[in-house]
Amino acid sequence: MYANKLGRLLSGLRGWRVAAVCGGIRSGSSWTAVCKQRRRSACPRTQNLTVHRRASVRSASQTTVDPDELRRFQSLASKWWDEQGEFAALHAMNDLRVPFIRDNLLNVHTGHHPGKPLAGLKILDIGCGGGLLTEPLGRLGADVLGIDPVEESISTAQLHSSKDPELRSRVCYRACSLEELSSVEVGGEEEEEEEEERQRAGQFDAVVASEVVEHLANPETFAFCCSHVLKPGGSLFITTINKTKLSYALAIVAAEQLFRIVPSGTHEWEKFISPVELERMLESNGFSVQSVQGMLYNPLSGAWSWTESTAINYALHAVRLRDDPPTA
Amino acid sequence: MHKVKKATMALNGLGRCFVAGKNVSVIKIVSRALVTVEPGEDPGNNGVYDVIISGGGMVGSAMACSLGMEPNLSGKKILLLEAGHKKVMDKVPDSYSTRVSSISPGSATLLSSIGAWDQITKMRCKPYKKMQVWDACSDALITFDKDNLQDEMAYIVENDIVVAALTKQMDSLPDNIQVKYRSKVVKYTWPMPHQAADSIPWVQVGLASGETVQTKLLIGADGSNSMVRRALGIPTVKWNYDQSAVVAVLHLSEPTENNVAWQRFLPTGPIAMLPLSDTESSLVWSTSHQLAEELLEMDEESFVDAINSAFWSNENQSEMIETAGSLFRSALSAIMPSAGSPRQLPPSVAGIGPKSRVKFPLGMGHASEYTRHRVALIGDAAHRVHPLAGQGVNLGFGDVACLTQLLSQAAFNGKDLGAIQHLLEYETERQRHNLPMMSAIDLMKRLYSTNAAPAVLLRTFGLQATNMLPSLKEQIMAFASK
Repeated sequence: MYANKLGRLLSGLRGWRVAAVCGGIRSGSSWTAVCKQRRRSACPRTQNLTVHRRASVRSASQTTVDPDELRRFQSLASKWWDEQGEFAALHAMNDLRVPFIRDNLLNVHTGHHPGKPLAGLKILDIGCGGGLLTEPLGRLGADVLGIDPVEESISTAQLHSSKDPELRSRVCYRACSLEELSSVEVGGEEEEEEEEERQRAGQFDAVVASEVVEHLANPETFAFCCSHVLKPGGSLFITTINKTKLSYALAIVAAEQLFRIVPSGTHEWEKFISPVELERMLESNGFSVQSVQGMLYNPLSGAWSWTESTAINYALHAVRLRDDPPTA
Repeated sequence: MHKVKKATMALNGLGRCFVAGKNVSVIKIVSRALVTVEPGEDPGNNGVYDVIISGGGMVGSAMACSLGMEPNLSGKKILLLEAGHKKVMDKVPDSYSTRVSSISPGSATLLSSIGAWDQITKMRCKPYKKMQVWDACSDALITFDKDNLQDEMAYIVENDIVVAALTKQMDSLPDNIQVKYRSKVVKYTWPMPHQAADSIPWVQVGLASGETVQTKLLIGADGSNSMVRRALGIPTVKWNYDQSAVVAVLHLSEPTENNVAWQRFLPTGPIAMLPLSDTESSLVWSTSHQLAEELLEMDEESFVDAINSAFWSNENQSEMIETAGSLFRSALSAIMPSAGSPRQLPPSVAGIGPKSRVKFPLGMGHASEYTRHRVALIGDAAHRVHPLAGQGVNLGFGDVACLTQLLSQAAFNGKDLGAIQHLLEYETERQRHNLPMMSAIDLMKRLYSTNAAPAVLLRTFGLQATNMLPSLKEQIMAFASK
């Protein structure tokens, strides 16, 4: 039971989104086990990506998606909303992440709406999966757009929220990746896209990327795309896993190798990112990190709690700095 | 679409019939399903309420007000379904009604927070400062009071007044709370915990009028014979006491500063006199079924005599018990010289009020589960107790306070109100409070239902000892005041 819950805690629920959210792609065909040789992603770590490179990278991703991974995820697509099932730990994580997002947003946006604390705010939920976090944010009054590259998850999410009249008007989903949404890849010849891009940029009050960053091959690009879609002064909320010996022991060895709860290779320890590293990356993309808070999962009670140590899981809140004119 | 609905509901009913093993005929279920949904009365996609409360008694109405006034739940759609008609009380009637309740300070706080307590005090309520409980078989007695008779211990309020006050409060919140009177529920349809593609994930409530309403959370406040609880098939521990309670309004012989509640344990059951005003009190006499029948049939004079003799006579005391009692008392006063109180006698009764005497059977009941997926039980639907401790409605109000607080927190966290996690928290918290209270009441009832010497000696000693320990009495009062 311990291993079960722990596995769920760290399971690659979004791991098989091999078409990683920001376009960085593995050139290999499938996930390899941690202990085996890892091939570095072929994606360059520069910010300026041309259309061609992106297009080729993306088409490569389509073909490099492991059919096993996809099938595994398709079979789990209906299980998102089983609160005692594979995703129980993610359901339980809402007890931490929803208040975290809500309270930090309320600090900034102090309009008083009893019953709908986040009314009037537009939020983007990246890697929304079945909508586990999207729905609570919608119930709190925000207009939420949930995106996820896996279509089956989006279908599940849409089906679940369509039953509730309150959510139908506030929550919508789209099967796409972040860079598709932010239209960073603007080719020179397409002026309309440029116009749309300008319109689409900077439209969200908050961006949420929960349990996503540890699956990206190119977090730098992700950070750039996030700053692109956020309004100046908008908030970015990330929850992810730290890159420490402890997280290796629990997330990789215990969950994947010893107990085989999570398919081998779902998480790659190399992709875990430490708060310091993430902070550096965000700050170089125009963010200011406001708070970092450790999270701990208790597999026996199935509940999460805040903790001092960020050694395994942590949550981070950053704010996109306003584009102030440079002082003389 | 309607045919599918009817078919599904019919199948649901059939399924429940087989699973729960109820003796409801299949034909009845099918015909009910065919009756409940009529074309043209489909509520449409806007007909999903956030909360439906089934049952508009004291506890159900309090729940509706409490939810309606909770800031975190503003904007939620709440519906209260009551089978009876609306109880409006423009002017308080001169005569008292026979059904009254003792409202503890904790319940008064809840009612005050939902704005109903002011209405109640404006209409009619009687605070009392002291309670004397004594045995018919011995001299033992115990008195409860707050220090120096400064504060009120609790309040005696007629049930009609509580409901009228809550109704008035609900009338002032038309945006949040909708009430349907004369709406009897004929059928409940429960959702599957896991969402199937075409199924409706909400609880569906079929009314006698043919309308069906849907809700994300159903709160069952429909009394000790709860249809919600039975429809869910929740196992209930229950038994009938071989007692009925006779209630009436008493006119006292002479006006007095009537602020003491009296209860005497007779071998046949406790008789209680609760103050209503300086000249009138309420009678609650729990006794055997046979004696209850006789009491109802007696003429007024004999009835009054029976009451007075029940409170005053000492015929049940044997010499041995008396000696033992005084021995205990002297022993205890050696240990604790200052404690103990003299026995006072209740005021004598001269007549009874114009409304007829009523009797109703007594029993104990406890639902093993208070909650299921999208359903919660509150009040007598979840727990039913003997009136000897005056706790029945107070436990219900405690449920209201707890559930409101948990639902408010859940809404503030963006949760689906019908999610099982916070409903289980409610169940755990309330069962932890209610079960000890219910066990104590049941124990008291059994202990005092006998004439047998050992039991009498035990309870005599126990009562006298407790009476001499102010700290223990304070604990008891605090527990009962929540």
